Amino acid sequence: MRDDTLHHPALAHHFDNLEQQAEAASLGMWVFLLTEILFFGGAFLVYTVYRHMYHDAFVVASHELDVTLGTINTAVLIGSSLTMALAVHAAQTGSKRLIQLFLIVTIVLGCVFLGIKSVEYAHKFREHHVPGPYFQFDVKYVREAQIFFSLYFVMTGLHALHMIVGIGVMLVMLWHASRDRFSPEYYVPIEVTGLYWHFVDIVWIFLFPLLYLIGRHGVP
Amino acid sequence: MSAHIVSKTTYYLIFATLMVLTLVTVLVSAIDLGALNTVVALAIAGFKAVLVVLFFMHVKYAPRLTKVAVAAGIYWLMILLALTLSDYLTRWRGTYG
Repeated sequence: MRDDTLHHPALAHHFDNLEQQAEAASLGMWVFLLTEILFFGGAFLVYTVYRHMYHDAFVVASHELDVTLGTINTAVLIGSSLTMALAVHAAQTGSKRLIQLFLIVTIVLGCVFLGIKSVEYAHKFREHHVPGPYFQFDVKYVREAQIFFSLYFVMTGLHALHMIVGIGVMLVMLWHASRDRFSPEYYVPIEVTGLYWHFVDIVWIFLFPLLYLIGRHGVP
Repeated sequence: MSAHIVSKTTYYLIFATLMVLTLVTVLVSAIDLGALNTVVALAIAGFKAVLVVLFFMHVKYAPRLTKVAVAAGIYWLMILLALTLSDYLTRWRGTYG
């Protein structure tokens, strides 16, 4: 009997074993994340250049953001990274119940983050801080402040979009977990989902100080 | 799969450190350090990111090939930032603080 008929059901035929398959999958995910690093890197670069050119306006505009909500959201997202890491741990130790529990908690925390974010967005709309014909700001900085708020909406919006995708992926993982697809021998989809979620967390770790905190000490 | 399993204690410790650093970065941002405010904020964010990458994302225990890939990504990001900023930051006399 050929022994390749006896392999683990999750092992693809072009891999020697599950370990090689897992290493390939996580390396592949990292290669994707590298493109994401450069994608967000470009946005951070644009932010830095404009902040350099219109420093005073950026300080004043940055004061309009709610530091308290931003701090709470940072804590929520870091908490969701912890529960994601614990979901991977549960997969490694083969506890289906804990995989499901921690994925659900991570999804809920992700939704809390998006909820707080939408409260902030609504506030910006009410204050006429959305770039466009109805934008209102200190006349001295009205032009430059629109650049700040454009960057604010694009960068936090792209970040939120990544979170929505992450939540969608976690829902798929939840479905797979309920069908007993994962075991201590095969849990690479959970691991890779974790990589993506932690990456999104890292983007926020940089967005938070750059948008909310830098310039907070300066008097507007 | 014989991957290294990071203990739950490690995860809790990293989480606690990240939370403390978040608090520190918020508190420090209210103090006027001049140009150092930006440096401190980015240093804290960078350190937090390193903790997430090494422990939550398991790069500390990953195969060497993965480590090289991650390093290459950061290296290319640095090229993007350094070469562009070496132009813009020397063309305008920006005011930092």
